[in-house]
This record gives sequence, structure tokens and C-alpha cells, in this order.
Amino acid sequence: MTTELKESLIQHFNTLEKTPSSALLVDTRKEAISAFQELGFPTTKHEEWKYTNLKNTIAKTYAIESAATFSAEDIKTLTALPIDCYKVIFVNGIFSPSLSTIDAAGVTIEPFQTSNQEVVKNYFAKNLPYNDSMVALNVAFATAGTLIHVKAKQHVAKPIVCFYLSDVRSANVFAQPSVLVVVEEAASATVVELNRSLGSNTAFTNAFTHAILKKEAYLEQYKIQNDIDNSNFVHNSQIVHEGKSNSYTTTITLNGGLVRNNLNITLGAEHCEAYLNGLYLEKGAQHVDNHTLVDHAMPNCYSNELYKGILDGKSTGVFNGKIWVRKDAQKTNAFQSNKNILLSKEASVHTKPQLEIFADDVKCSHGATTGQLDPEAMFYLRARGVGEDKAKKMLVHAIAFDVLDKVKHDELRAYLEQEIEERLK
Amino acid sequence: MSDSNKILEEITSSEYKWGFVTDIDNDSLPKGLNEDTVRYISAKKNEPEWLLEWRLDAFRKWLKMEEPIWPNVTYPKIDFQDIIYYSAPKQKVTLNSLDEIDPELRATFEKLGISLDEQKRMTGVAVDAVIDSVSITTTFKVKLSELGIIFCSMSEAVQEHPELVRKYLGSVVPVTDNYYAALNSAVFSDGSFCYIPKGVRSPMELSTYFRINAANTGQFERTLLIADESSYVSYLEGCTAPVRDENQLHAAVVELVAMEKAEIKYSTVQNWYPGDKNGKGGIYNFVTKRGICAGDYAKISWTQVETGSAVTWKYPSCILKGDHSIGEFYSVAVTNNYQQADTGTKMIHIGKNTKSRIVSKGISAGHSHNSYRGLVKVMKRAEGARNYSQCDSLLMGDQCGAHTFPYIEVENNTSTVEHEATTSKIGEDQIFYCNQRGIATEKAVALIVNGYCKEVLNQLPMEFAVEAQKLLAISLEGSVG
Repeated sequence: MTTELKESLIQHFNTLEKTPSSALLVDTRKEAISAFQELGFPTTKHEEWKYTNLKNTIAKTYAIESAATFSAEDIKTLTALPIDCYKVIFVNGIFSPSLSTIDAAGVTIEPFQTSNQEVVKNYFAKNLPYNDSMVALNVAFATAGTLIHVKAKQHVAKPIVCFYLSDVRSANVFAQPSVLVVVEEAASATVVELNRSLGSNTAFTNAFTHAILKKEAYLEQYKIQNDIDNSNFVHNSQIVHEGKSNSYTTTITLNGGLVRNNLNITLGAEHCEAYLNGLYLEKGAQHVDNHTLVDHAMPNCYSNELYKGILDGKSTGVFNGKIWVRKDAQKTNAFQSNKNILLSKEASVHTKPQLEIFADDVKCSHGATTGQLDPEAMFYLRARGVGEDKAKKMLVHAIAFDVLDKVKHDELRAYLEQEIEERLK
Repeated sequence: MSDSNKILEEITSSEYKWGFVTDIDNDSLPKGLNEDTVRYISAKKNEPEWLLEWRLDAFRKWLKMEEPIWPNVTYPKIDFQDIIYYSAPKQKVTLNSLDEIDPELRATFEKLGISLDEQKRMTGVAVDAVIDSVSITTTFKVKLSELGIIFCSMSEAVQEHPELVRKYLGSVVPVTDNYYAALNSAVFSDGSFCYIPKGVRSPMELSTYFRINAANTGQFERTLLIADESSYVSYLEGCTAPVRDENQLHAAVVELVAMEKAEIKYSTVQNWYPGDKNGKGGIYNFVTKRGICAGDYAKISWTQVETGSAVTWKYPSCILKGDHSIGEFYSVAVTNNYQQADTGTKMIHIGKNTKSRIVSKGISAGHSHNSYRGLVKVMKRAEGARNYSQCDSLLMGDQCGAHTFPYIEVENNTSTVEHEATTSKIGEDQIFYCNQRGIATEKAVALIVNGYCKEVLNQLPMEFAVEAQKLLAISLEGSVG
């Protein structure tokens, strides 16, 4: 079964090659498809995919890059967000300029096809090691991607929100949105990514976001994953830092089916800082897998990572945090922490905080804990007349707060708090 | 800083002291491995039919297995046909007293600081000495047998206590567990066997000393230790090898079984030849060690000081099957020059209220790579399981690497698992503090390293702790990056 989706994708690639839009990134994409062809979909035999099995997901039949029939009303509900923002809308993986708001100051948001070809060619998927075939698969079909280009010294105040919408009312849909974010020198921006589906069939989304931070650039990224139960979402993020740039990435996973986040950060120049925060609140049969890699390639960089998980029902959680400190990266400070709470008997968690260090003048630490809600705190609340359910909610809320507190955008934080409140009901 | 670099250089060039070769007659097989080799070893040891079958079965399974490539180590492919699988010092068939041992051999062990003579009675350590492939002698046998303790070589145990051997051999480390365990099962030549009966507390430390002497040989020993209900034993293991240019293979299997309320303390000081300072030669140490807490309230504690071997691949593990059982792992792994170590532990929590504790200290210097790889697995039924892991790495010099691969898998919500790890170098402020108080840099580093390892060294029996401390000093003192 597993070969079927692979074969049909490769076939689809060959058909697409005959269309005019195929000239875009042709060499990059050809390289990517051959990488995917060689590697295939990841299996649990692959060390990085040991705990996340895509078998059932890829065994299904999908419509690939199919056109959606969303009405204006549908779009309105799907992209509802109580935040003043620029909306960048993808439908079934294809960027839709007509639905998006792209007249933003200080930033251009354009499809790859009509945007500055130099920029796309120079940055998108450049020098990516295709050790994960999902990235290669996305890149191979990246003709309908979008470029978010923040101009030098510009501060884009409003968040740019990318909606990855899937129309699964009539069929299973496989979608592959691709985004390239280039933040020029001393510019700053906030990019939010949301995936939402409509319908009861399976949505399988394989997204790729490549962010380039130039000198002294600042990028805040929020990935908010709160979709239907049948939404299987693989998100590959690559952030490349140039000198003195800072990135701030927060991944919040609420509802969904199988969710896999690959967050790779390369600190490629001196004095960069990267903050990675994550929160996963799982229940039912959910599976959430967060893989992060912080590559300290140059000296004097700093990274700080905090991931928290609360697992209920039969859910499974995976955390794999890798900190890589290369030989030249002296004076590196890298910290990582992963904390998990298991609320039910059937929930389970697999965590692997990993350090690989080749330089000696470094300060690196990581910690991981798995446990239950603190019985003493529980007792304290109960002793004061708080019911068990409410006490539990309060404690879960307190755990989530640690991560939410790091969300810098006020409106966004308020929105997330409300979503979490909703989820805990 | 240049001063300390100089010191580092001096230290890294310090020679391996145990690298001499003893000239004794050897009785060995030609190189190569096939079913006949297995049959030859089995026949040589006059083994019963079932054991030969067991070996052959292991050998056939081994042929179908593949060498593991996941450890974080690199070495040239081993030619398993280029190894001598059986080598024994020639000597009389039975030994009635220690006086009958080849004087050369005795001198060897004297040189290593292990007296086989009864005068060692004072220190109260019973020694089983294994050279190349066979056990040479076991001291204090009589005294131990008065208490019902069986402590002898594996070959002897096969002859004299076949029922015990048959029952437990391969029960903790199955034949197909991994590539090297399968190889060991097929060709193991000797090792130690120990059985502590119910309610007996072993009055002395039991010890095995391993020595590879002959060239081109591989050493495949097998240790089986059974502690019956409410018994206690402390077991020590030490090893050395001569300096040789080629790499030699050491693939051992150690199995521990702790019954209800029994306690086993297993300590290792591993000092196989690590190769010269250019990374030439040295022992490949691919060892499978595992213990099972089969009964309730059982306890297994592993302590290891790893300073030798060119490549180490070793994960002493505990299966915590009995309720309330405890597993411990204390490790200091030191790598220098071109050494590579991939070591750690596995704690499998099956029973209720099981506890485990992992303390791992890695020190890398020179061009070496030191990895901690561990698994803490809490199964569904392990209510109230508790684990605490701590792994710290110390880096000396900018050519070495320290890696941590902890796997934590939790399937029970009443369990608590904690893991923490740090990597750093010796603080300049710490050195400065010592310097200020008149302690030279070299001494200060030794002091700091010793302090760093103290938590583990404290777990070692007295005389081993002294040896381990000396070893650490030789490997590392004075090396600041």
C-alpha cells in the first residue's frame, strides 16, 4: 500500500513537468524528487521516525493538489481570527492571492511564480540536506508556494497569518503548502501558521516553511495547530540565522490527528539567539511529535528551548530535541527542557533530549521529566474546597501558562488562552 | 592556557602501564570461524550435548544477523575470520594448589597487582583469573563452598552444576539479543560462574580478572551470577591487555539474576589497552551486560569505571521485573586520544513501585568521542515507578566530543521520570580558586575531576576505588582545554 501514494506522487511530478509553470526552481525540485524517490516515506525504522508511524496515513488514497470549492462564507469561517492581521491563504496547499490580503507595508507577499525570482532561487531549499524525505517531497512540488519578503529596516507590526486550508468534504486531500520567509537586515516580523480543514475525510498536509534571517533581523513565529480529528499534519520548518539575528518560535498543538513538527534552526553566524517554545495538549487518540534541532555552527550563540506536554486519553507524545554544537561554536550557551504530564492510564510519552557537542568551551544542559499532577498541589486546592475536576483544570492551566506566557503578541496570547480554556472544558 | 595545553600533551602521551606480554606456551586454534570452531571449543571443554546444540544454534542465528551500525562509533570492519577464537595457556589438567600454576603466569598477575596467593586472604577478595580464553584459577573456593556459595569458572560449572547453568544461561541475554551476544553465545570459552544460595551474605568480594595475552585472539567470556532469595554479593571485574598494533576483539556477556530480596553489586574497572596516542591498536570492547530483578525487592547495582579500550560499546542494563525492585547504574567513562565510547544503560520498569537511578559521568579529552546512550522505559503495569537520571559530560580540549542520547519512554501515568544532563568544561574560576590557594593547575584539575566523579567512585569497593582514582589521574590530570 505504502508504495501507492509514493508512485502516484512521482507520476504527478512527471505530468507537472510538462506544464509551463514547471520552469520554476526546476533544478532544485528535480533534485528533491529524486531524493524523495530514493528515500520514500519515512518508516519507523528511521531513527527520527521511530515513534511516529505514517503507515496508516499514507495507506489512504488522496486527491493531490485538487481544486477546492470553498464558498466565500466557508473562507470567512475558516479564517476567522480575533486578531488584526494580514491573511495569507492556501487552499489545498496552493497559495491563493485573490483570497489573501497582500497590500501590506514593508513586506511583499507574492506567489513564487511572480515574485522576485532571484530571491526565491537564492534561498528556497538552498543547501538543504534531504535527510528527511518529507521536506524533499514538499520542495519537489513547491511551484505554488509563496514568498514573504520583509524589506530591510522595516517593522511589520501586524502579524502575517498563513492559513493552510483543506477541503475534505468530498475526498481525502493531500496538500503541500510551501512558504519562504526572508527577513532582510534589521527588519522584524511576526508570522503565524494555522492549519484548518473542513469536512470529515482525512486531510494530510505536508508543509514546509523556510525562514532566512539576515543580519540583525528578528522573526517571531507561531504555529497553532488546532484542527479536526482527521487532520494529519507534518510541518517542516527551517530557520537559518545570519549575524546577530533573533528568532522566537512557539508551537502550540491542540486538536488534530497525527501531528509531526520538524523544527530545524541553524545558527550560522555569531551572536544569534534562538528561542523555541512548545506546548501540546493532547487527548483522545492524538499523536503529537515534536522534533527540534538547534545547530550551533558558530561561536557566541544562545539557544533556549522549553517544551511542555499534557497528555490525556490514549494520546501519545514524542519529543526529540537535538542540540548540535560544532567544533567552532565556542562560548555556546544552549539550554533545553521538556516536561510531560500524563493524565490518564493509556497516555504515553517518548522523549529524547539529545546533546551532541564538539566544542569544549560551552555551557549546555538539558532536562526532561515525565510525571503526574503534583499530588500536594492537588491536596492544597482540594483542602480549600476546590472540586477535583476544577483543581485538575487549574493545575493544567498553570502548566500551560509557562509556555503561553512566552507568547509576546497580546491579542494572540488572549486568543490562545481562550482556545486552551475551550479545550479544557 | 598554553601551560595547561602542555600539561595536557604530557598527560596524553603517558604510556599504558599494563602493556607487557607474558611469554607462555599457548594452546590455540588457528584463525577462523565456522561450525567446526564451535564444535572444537565445545569438545575441548568436554561439554554436554545440549550446550553444543545451544552454541550451534547461536552460531547459525549469528550468521543471519547484521553488525549494528547505530552506535556513535566508527572503526574499520572486523574480519571475523581473522580472529583466533580459542587460546589457552598450556598447563596441567588439574590444579590442586596454587603452587602448580605456571610461574610465568603467576608473575603476570603479580605484575598486575593481583596476588593469586592465599596471602590475599587479608584483603578478603576471592579471585577468578581469566587469561585469554580460559579461567586459570579461582581462589578461596573451599571457604566459599562452606557457605554453599559456588564460585568457579564457567567450564567447571558446566561440568559440576549443569542444571543451574542450563536453567539460567541465556535467560537474561537471549542468544538473539544482539550481534555480539550471539557471537559470544556461539564461541564463549570461559568466564565466571557464581551462585549465592538463599539467605547467604557473601563474606568477601568476589572478583574476576580478565587478561588478553596472546596476539590475534578474541576474548569471549561469559559470566553468570545468580543470587538466590535474600542473598547478597559484591562482584568485581577488572581487565587489561598487552600493547599491540592490531585491534583485538572482546565480546563478553554478563548475566545477573537477582531473586526476591537479593542484592547484587557489580563493579567493573575496565582498562583494556586503548591504543596508542595515534589511535593505533587497542581493544574493541563490545559487551552485553544485563541483570534481572526477578523477585520482589531485589536490587542490582552496576558501577563501572571505563578508561580503556579503543572502542567501547556497552550498556549494563536492569530489567526491574519484581515489584519494589531497584536498579542502579553508576558510571565514569573516560576517553582520551582517539578512543571512542558509546556507553550507558537501560532501565526497564515492569513491576510496581520499581526504582532506578542513573548517574553517568563522561570525560572526553584528546580526539576522543564519548557518548551516553540510555533508555528508561516504564511499562504500562509499572505503577508508581520512579527514575532519576543524571548525565554530565566534561570536555577537555576542542578536538573531542561529548554526546548524550537518552531515550525516555513512559506508558504509566503514576510514574515519575526525571532526566538531566549538562556539558561543560572545567571552570576557569574553579582552577583559579585552587591556584589562588597554592594548588598547581595540574593538581587542581585532578582534584576537580575526582570531585566530579566522586559520586560514582564512592560506589566502588575500597581497593577498587583507589585503583580507579589512580587510573583517572593517569588518564587526565592537568588537562584543561
